[in-house]
Amino acid sequence: MRASSVDVTYAGAIRALADIAFEIPPGQFTSIVGPSGCGKSTLLRLVAGLVRPTRGELSVAGQDPTTARREAARLSFVFQDATLLPWRTVSANVRLPLELQDAPRADRQQRVRGALELVGLTDFSGRYPSELSGGMRMRVSLARSLVTEPELLLLDEPFGALDDITRQTLNEELMGLWTRRRWTGLFVTHNIAEAVFLSERILVMSARPGRIVADVQVPFPMPRTADLRSQADFARLTGQVTAELRRADA
Amino acid sequence: MKRLGAWLVEVLLPPLAFFALVAGVWQGATSLWDVPAYLVPSPERVLAAAREHDADLLSAMQLTGSAALLGFALSMLVGTALGLLFSQSRIIQRSMYPYAIFLQTVPIVAIAPVLIMWFGNGFGGVVAVSFILSVFPIITNATAGLTAVDPTLLELFEIYNASRWQSLFKLRLPNAVPYLVTGAKIACGLSVIGAIVGELFAGFETGSAGLGTLLARANGRLDTSYVFAAVFCSTILSIAIFAAVSSIGATILARWHIGAPRSSTTKG
Repeated sequence: MRASSVDVTYAGAIRALADIAFEIPPGQFTSIVGPSGCGKSTLLRLVAGLVRPTRGELSVAGQDPTTARREAARLSFVFQDATLLPWRTVSANVRLPLELQDAPRADRQQRVRGALELVGLTDFSGRYPSELSGGMRMRVSLARSLVTEPELLLLDEPFGALDDITRQTLNEELMGLWTRRRWTGLFVTHNIAEAVFLSERILVMSARPGRIVADVQVPFPMPRTADLRSQADFARLTGQVTAELRRADA
Repeated sequence: MKRLGAWLVEVLLPPLAFFALVAGVWQGATSLWDVPAYLVPSPERVLAAAREHDADLLSAMQLTGSAALLGFALSMLVGTALGLLFSQSRIIQRSMYPYAIFLQTVPIVAIAPVLIMWFGNGFGGVVAVSFILSVFPIITNATAGLTAVDPTLLELFEIYNASRWQSLFKLRLPNAVPYLVTGAKIACGLSVIGAIVGELFAGFETGSAGLGTLLARANGRLDTSYVFAAVFCSTILSIAIFAAVSSIGATILARWHIGAPRSSTTKG
């Protein structure tokens, strides 16, 4: 994935992103942190081909993002909310992307079961979203994004609405899932500890219009485990990213 | 069983007791001041009129009920179809919606005679009036339900390259179901009103007579007891249809696992 001098201006007036340039090699898990309203979500939507750049060029797997999405269809997106369809059961929600992509019917059931196993929700496949907790709903949302076996996974503050313990647990689960599937990940968050824990690299963005002001490598070996959070190096790096973020916000 | 008993005492008993009280006061007042029956008939006389004409009233309820149900069914069908049309194209919505509002604002009593002229001086005309009066809440609720979709869900569908039809059948239509239930509850009551209004103008043919027909005839003869009896029958018919639609709606909503929509046009 490569972006060079990308600008996005909304409705001719609001400049959301300015002069964004980065390159992400396949299989890398990258986080994007920045103050609220800095255009982090816009950046993800650019990569997903939901928003077009006003200026500059962005390519995913060598193609324009919309074309890449339409032709390769190996992209999934996890939103801030679980965005489940309330009238569908857990398994029917997870099956949705397979239906939309006309995946072979014979495989569907098995792939749904596999995705639910990944997130530990096999016993809840017949339940409805309204019967689940926020954390479980987010797990369903993750299972739905993984059922298509994506090569590129975009996550837009998926754990922002959850309590800290649930967030940490889901971070560890996401780490485990990444280890198995090795997708290219782009994770937007404003939780620095989460970004350091999950990613190999952190892009720090400034306030609107969003620019990339720092590109931090996270040296801890993958896959990471919960005890990383209590190590001194982890705290040091978290502090460093925080400092960068403060400078960006000023 | 215990729950049914509690329900009878807590929910059914108070309004029945109130009804008995009102009927008692009404009965007492009419006999005390000797009110002429053509002005305000006593409950006793209304009951007697209902007994005397029971066969006519019963067949009238059947006829008016079937006209109302047919008008209501047409409203659901045509209203949903128009909602689909409006949700698919903004241009069509902009150019046609004002006329849908026209349907809502036109005084039904003013156009009922015209409709009767067009659709026949009988059952067809009555169904047409019932339809015209009840279609508007279906149009607005269907349109709202089909268009008021969570934008993130639309993005989700776009991410997976959903076709227009997939978005319609897997997202927009299911999203509209609770709105349609709300619309149906408003429309079913209006369809009964429409049928009765239609009959006031249309139902003078010999043979089958609806509630509106009986009302017009009894009114013409100053048979006020009979008028009251017919009014009560109309109310019972309305309540029965509303209760049936409500309970079907509640069953559907329970299966949908969402409550009634937060915002929709509830005005009939």
